[in-house]
Amino acid sequence: MTTLTPSISASLLAILPELVILITACTVLIADLYTRADQKQSNHTLTLIGLLGALLAVGFVGGSVPTAAFSESFVRDPMSDLLKGAILVVSLLTFVYAKDYMRDRDMWVGEYHVLLLFAVLGMLIMVSANGFLTLYLGLELLSLCLYALVAFDRDSKAGAEAAMKYFVLGALGSGMLLYGISMLYGASGGFAFADVAAAVASDAVNDKILVFGLVFALIGIAFKFGAVPFHMWMPDVYQGAPTPIVLFLSSAPKIAAFAMAARILIEALGGLQSDWGEILVILSVLSLALGNVVAIAQTNIKRMLAYSTISHVGFIFLGLLAGSEQGYASAMFYSVVYALMSAGAFGVLLLISNKGQDVQELDDLKGLSDRDPWLAAMMALIMFSMAGVPPMVGFVAKLLVLEAIIAQGMVWLAIIAVIFSIIGAFYYLRVIKMIYFDKPITEVPVVTNASARVAITFNGAAILLLGMYPAALFSLCQQAFAG
Amino acid sequence: MLLEFPWLSLVIWLPIIGGIAVIASGEQNAELTKRIALGFALLTFVMSLPLWFGFDASTAAMQFVERSPWLPALGVDYYLGVDGISMPLILLTTFITIFVIIAGWDVISYKPSQYMAAFLIMEGIMVGVFSALDAILFYFFWEAMLIPMFIIIGVWGGPNRVYATIKFFLYTFFGSVFMLVALIYLYFQTGSFDILGFHAAPLGLTAQILIFFAFLLAFAVKVPMFPVHTWLPDAHVEAPTGGSVILAAIMLKIGGYGFLRFSLPIAPDASAQLDWLIITMSLIAVIYIGLVALVQQDMKKLIAYSSIAHMGFVTLGFFIVFAIFQRAETAGAVMGIEGGMVQMISHGFISGALFLCVGVLYDRMHTREISAYGGVINRMPWFGAFVVFFAMANAGLPGTSGFVGEFMVILAAFRADFWFAFLAATTLVLAAAFTLWLVKRVIFGDIGNDNVAALKDLNRRETLNLSVLAAATLAIGIWPKPLIDVMEPTIANLVQQIQVSKLPEGSDLVTPPIARLQP
Repeated sequence: MTTLTPSISASLLAILPELVILITACTVLIADLYTRADQKQSNHTLTLIGLLGALLAVGFVGGSVPTAAFSESFVRDPMSDLLKGAILVVSLLTFVYAKDYMRDRDMWVGEYHVLLLFAVLGMLIMVSANGFLTLYLGLELLSLCLYALVAFDRDSKAGAEAAMKYFVLGALGSGMLLYGISMLYGASGGFAFADVAAAVASDAVNDKILVFGLVFALIGIAFKFGAVPFHMWMPDVYQGAPTPIVLFLSSAPKIAAFAMAARILIEALGGLQSDWGEILVILSVLSLALGNVVAIAQTNIKRMLAYSTISHVGFIFLGLLAGSEQGYASAMFYSVVYALMSAGAFGVLLLISNKGQDVQELDDLKGLSDRDPWLAAMMALIMFSMAGVPPMVGFVAKLLVLEAIIAQGMVWLAIIAVIFSIIGAFYYLRVIKMIYFDKPITEVPVVTNASARVAITFNGAAILLLGMYPAALFSLCQQAFAG
Repeated sequence: MLLEFPWLSLVIWLPIIGGIAVIASGEQNAELTKRIALGFALLTFVMSLPLWFGFDASTAAMQFVERSPWLPALGVDYYLGVDGISMPLILLTTFITIFVIIAGWDVISYKPSQYMAAFLIMEGIMVGVFSALDAILFYFFWEAMLIPMFIIIGVWGGPNRVYATIKFFLYTFFGSVFMLVALIYLYFQTGSFDILGFHAAPLGLTAQILIFFAFLLAFAVKVPMFPVHTWLPDAHVEAPTGGSVILAAIMLKIGGYGFLRFSLPIAPDASAQLDWLIITMSLIAVIYIGLVALVQQDMKKLIAYSSIAHMGFVTLGFFIVFAIFQRAETAGAVMGIEGGMVQMISHGFISGALFLCVGVLYDRMHTREISAYGGVINRMPWFGAFVVFFAMANAGLPGTSGFVGEFMVILAAFRADFWFAFLAATTLVLAAAFTLWLVKRVIFGDIGNDNVAALKDLNRRETLNLSVLAAATLAIGIWPKPLIDVMEPTIANLVQQIQVSKLPEGSDLVTPPIARLQP
């Protein structure tokens, strides 16, 4: 890989998107002090402008030649461009969907914007990390913001409980990751992914230490993804946290988690693929099985979507464990697509929550097609996509992953995956059944603002059109791992 | 020039765009909505006519071919084309959809625009299934078909619709995902998703057998064959009339089409080795399901079971070819498959018409129980005449299309094995028994009750629907030659293809399981 090593000004240019987000976050923090409580619209506008600006910056500094910055601790390459773009788009959607919900509940304050923006910043740093230290910094920036956000509804006992669980288990996961990093550091003598890769390639380094380091690092990754058996926090956090936070938590951070997995497993420990591949087989099969089966038993839709996330993580791992460029690209495609679907699904839940009436139970979706046909259609589209039914993009994502693992001769694994997809189809269908076939239990009309409606339409259209024409996005994913 | 124009794409996308237009027109002006829907259905049918008239019936090659890259990273193409097998089925699809739209005209009052749109979108997707020559494109349409049907049964169906529609969805979804794995496996054997490329690929026997079973799961559920048929009676009973018509007339044919397009040419050796399995399942469908049909109390359920029995004939016709090869004969094999094909087209008309007839009664009396009727002919003479006609066709009366296909299959079965023919021929008795007994109980006799006494005969739309279908049934019954001529070269080519073993040279299997003719 040819990497340009630039001067400090060029380094600053490489982190332009991160800088834009940082400046936006600081501006909102200060501007919030000088706005009256009834004029919080400015925070929202500033945030959206900042995210859009960062998106433009990603396009501006992007390119096929990777650039390293700040003494090789940071890298901007095709993978980071695409993932940052996806994270920013999903975050934009989050802010738009969440606006009315947060305002109605007096949570639409400056801190909410600032914390979310810092979480975005953390993810961008994770995506562009070129060494374990940078990666860990980004991860902790993200995680600390999320812990606070989960408990953002101060009066909610469930929220506080969820945040506590998330914090304790999250700290455990981070600790595992750190422990693994320390071993890898001990074996290789460097924090950069390239140093670890060189140590893996050389015969002089003790493989046992590297493998131990790998196992602990992998536990950290599995925890952040929420793969079985490190999934315990997810259902409780999804249920307890305010829906906008869950929307955020379930979408963009999965993209960042993919970046973390790709950087650690492929760039640093690519030489140990046969070792981590086997571990991922177990994690993915368990995730597919537990996620899909337990989701059927849920009556709370947020919990159901948590288990659905777990099963999708199984699919992402399947793509990774294939160990081929095609497999990595398919896992990346899957992560981006999953974030879009998840954002859309929680987006609909947010939009149909009325003032003071949260949508929590599956039954709350009953008869949605009578109350709001457009939102109902979008939700149905997303559910079909999650179930993997063409022409939605969820099908293409599954197809690409299946193809990658069959290419490696693991037909049996593909068969396990499709069997659990069939089981999974049931609970997605149940949601569609409630939306279309049942009578509404409330006649309260759904009130949404125009921008949220545009956002959900964009979200649904993206899921449909990416499914009909997946070639462009997938070739971008392939570029990220080519050569 | 006729061949240059992308007719297939037009016939696929026109109704889908039409469906979106119908949804967009909203529920406010139902009359306008229905007119737009009918307009699109008619236009699509007209646009599909060039496929028939521009078709070169002297070759087995794919025609009206369109090909452009779709997902180049995987070698997936947007690749369409028709031959003598798929072209008639496409015309059947565009033809039947018109009647479905008309049949829903006065009956559907709940969200009519979404109802019409669902059928139009369904039409485009089904044409896509029949014309796709790329395996992933095929799978794309194949699965997408489930969505509108799921909604049609679930929203406009009967009291137990939710159970029926979820059962329908999961059964078919279950069947098809294994096909997807098989298709991807084949991709790695051939390097592309080109279905014709799959046909040419050499495959070992074990691989063929696994692929055969993966396809069998998908297609047997769709056909449906015994013992995976149980979703069909539920789906039919609960579906609205239009949904039943599409299910019986077209969707079941997609399973049969799959056997011809995938199972037989891709895994001929496995098919030869496992033909006993399909033949057994087909004969059970013909006899056992025929008996089950006899005892049904619900008209729709009875016709649903009769569909399963008739589709048993189709699969029988397709799979007796290997037994015929053993007797060093190919003409009989061609006849068997042709008979199956004619049976599919003819069953499309007849079962569609029978479901429309049940719909006519149901719209008036809101019950499908046979015992609730009796003596309908006294109040509805025209209707009675149509029912008797279609019942006769269903029982295989000479002069109707029902006779042609059954006769050809039975004739071919004689060349395979006397007992196959003997058992298959029991359908002539069973089908006559269950349809005529149905007619006797519903149509003839004294007027059963006051509700029947208040019945009014067919209105203009219903008469139009049933007479056109009756004409089509008669036309194929009296003069099936054009239809058979169109299919002949393709089916002869298919028979040629499946006689050649695909086992690779020097395979561990020294002699193929069944002595084959040399090509």
